[in-house]
Amino acid sequence: MPKISIEDLKKIKERERGKMVLREGEYRAKITVHMGTCGIAAGARDVMTEFRDSIAARGITDVILTNSGCAGLCAKEPMITVEVKDQSPVKYVSLDREKAKRIFEEHVMGGKPVEDYALARGSETTAG
Amino acid sequence: MQFMLCAGTGCLASGSMEVKEAMERELKKRNLQDEAQVITTGCNGFCARGPIMVVYPDGVFYNQVKPEHAPLIVEEHVLKGRVVESLLFKEEAKQEIPLLKDIGFFGLQRLTVLRNRGLIDAENIDDYIARDGYAALGKVLTEMTPEEVIEEVKKSGLRGRGGGGFPTGLKWEECRRYENFPKYTICNGDEGDPGAFMDRSVMEGDPHSVLEGMAISGYAIGAGKGYIYVRAEYPLAIQRLQKAIHDARDYGLLGENILDKGFNFDIEIYPGAGAFVCGESTALMYSIEGKRGMPRIKPPRSAEAGLNNQPTNLNNVETFANLNPLILHGSEWFASIGTEGSKGTKVFALTGAVKNVGLVEVPMGTKLKSLIFDIGGGIPKKRKFKAAQMGGPSGGCIPNELVDVEIDYESLLDAGAMMGSGGVVVMDDHTCMVDTARFFTEFCVDESCGKCTPCREGLKVMFDRLTNIVEGRGEEGDVEFLQEWGKHINSTSHCGLGKAAANPVLSTIRYFRNEYDAHIRDKHCPALVCPSLIDFVVMEDKCKMCGLCYRNCPSGAIIWEKKQVARIDLGKCTKCRTCITNCKFGAIR
Repeated sequence: MPKISIEDLKKIKERERGKMVLREGEYRAKITVHMGTCGIAAGARDVMTEFRDSIAARGITDVILTNSGCAGLCAKEPMITVEVKDQSPVKYVSLDREKAKRIFEEHVMGGKPVEDYALARGSETTAG
Repeated sequence: MQFMLCAGTGCLASGSMEVKEAMERELKKRNLQDEAQVITTGCNGFCARGPIMVVYPDGVFYNQVKPEHAPLIVEEHVLKGRVVESLLFKEEAKQEIPLLKDIGFFGLQRLTVLRNRGLIDAENIDDYIARDGYAALGKVLTEMTPEEVIEEVKKSGLRGRGGGGFPTGLKWEECRRYENFPKYTICNGDEGDPGAFMDRSVMEGDPHSVLEGMAISGYAIGAGKGYIYVRAEYPLAIQRLQKAIHDARDYGLLGENILDKGFNFDIEIYPGAGAFVCGESTALMYSIEGKRGMPRIKPPRSAEAGLNNQPTNLNNVETFANLNPLILHGSEWFASIGTEGSKGTKVFALTGAVKNVGLVEVPMGTKLKSLIFDIGGGIPKKRKFKAAQMGGPSGGCIPNELVDVEIDYESLLDAGAMMGSGGVVVMDDHTCMVDTARFFTEFCVDESCGKCTPCREGLKVMFDRLTNIVEGRGEEGDVEFLQEWGKHINSTSHCGLGKAAANPVLSTIRYFRNEYDAHIRDKHCPALVCPSLIDFVVMEDKCKMCGLCYRNCPSGAIIWEKKQVARIDLGKCTKCRTCITNCKFGAIR
């Protein structure tokens, strides 16, 4: 018995787009904590916990908190990417709980990137 | 006067209720509650700058209002009729954060294998599908015959990313020819080069891209079963691969009758114990069979008689991860990237004396210089670039003079190194090349499986000779001896490990002969690394009397006072080199 078909693949893709492309979905912001071995070793779990606690404490439902693999710049882990609707995503480097707290207040909630910890904004050049 | 305070979800989250309370408290305190009221409104759309408060009748627009602003607003706006300038919305000043594409590290990379990095949750199959995951598998199962898939891969020019660079399409074609079932396809995730972590990162960050590539290869060669051989030192990779396999089975993307197209294929993980030689294909297959991991004589090639003596295809993690974009965008697109003989991109693990240690993916043909300086950010501590070890213990070093070399399979071989799986260890002028060669030789001595004599015995002899040199017992003729032995070990060993094991020694002799000579003739290590060949004497003309050596010496062997040249008490000195690493002026030799 086949479980999904080629059509289903397309449906899943459409369904997930709202999470991938913020302007098409119901979410206001997305926080991605980069959790490869390098990130975890440098303290990404603490950063993740900080965001999880902040979101839970305020009962926020329109912010996606997710994790992903190594972002590439292992020397500056822990790294995160924060994307607020209608703004370009911002990559933050060398984080800890305190910095994560500030980013949550000022960028995720306030919409203003925290320049002190930001490395760059925008997306990488990918295939295709 | 009304304060229209936004109470939409965004502003509530940023604290508008607290602002409301504070404002009302303040108004009451000054007995102004009849003059002005705070009215909560629905979302006014500018959530990013919340809490938002618009004052009527004058229509002043305050943003990012905090409870502590309440006294100021009441005092200024209500009592004195003045607008609080600091809370007015101002057009965002010029964005200070640079663009990713303007930063060397990210801007010069081109992501094919790492196309999903940072964008998907590795443990969520839907995330992968949202980024066109499994669409390539769908395409080959509906639109292409296995022969067409092989033809497409051949035309793309994709070559094995594990190091050898054998054309992937040819490998598949040969395996398809043998009509002896069952057949297997194996993913080689036994990444063992010191300083290499490309495959780990792909398996951890995008496990489904490996599974999809394996399924495509299974379809092309006619295999129903795949194995991922991954070292047990990669627990996170194993965990995420397991989750990925589980989820893919749930969706029917692995297992029986995949996507209802009658194709059966499943994958199993085989954790290896971490022996370097098990990265060699035949040794790896023995290891999966439960036997001791030792390479065997070819032929027959694995394509004819591999795992369990059945036709077997083996590719590297990165090779498999290339297949989704290759199939979806086509061979012409793939072949448009890279150089004449090396197509596509290559992932490198950039480590050692380089600022941006990390994982990078660049088009083939990128200059080594660009990799190290533009992407890597150059050498830290204002030191100079000396050499880059490419290809791990089987590769060689590329010196500063050749830093303009273009990264492709052939150019690197010409330079005495090799592509390898993609480890790039950058070395600065504080690195001793003899010591480096000795390090890699020791690694190969430890990892030799012992099957053939030149590798098992010869490497040990070379290692002992190198030890003599770095410990000050080197003799005239040692270099020629090492060259002679290296040549023989490389030409008479049986497997890839032995055939390349002498490369680090041979390439350092080729480019840094003078350092060997200094060790042997002058009994001096120019990079001040080998403790037996350092005098531990302060050069008076270079000493700036700063006392850094004095403060850092763990054994109290430095004699120093303010405004005096330091001296080293050799009776107390343990030759730990702490003074040398701390001296900013290179005053100790």
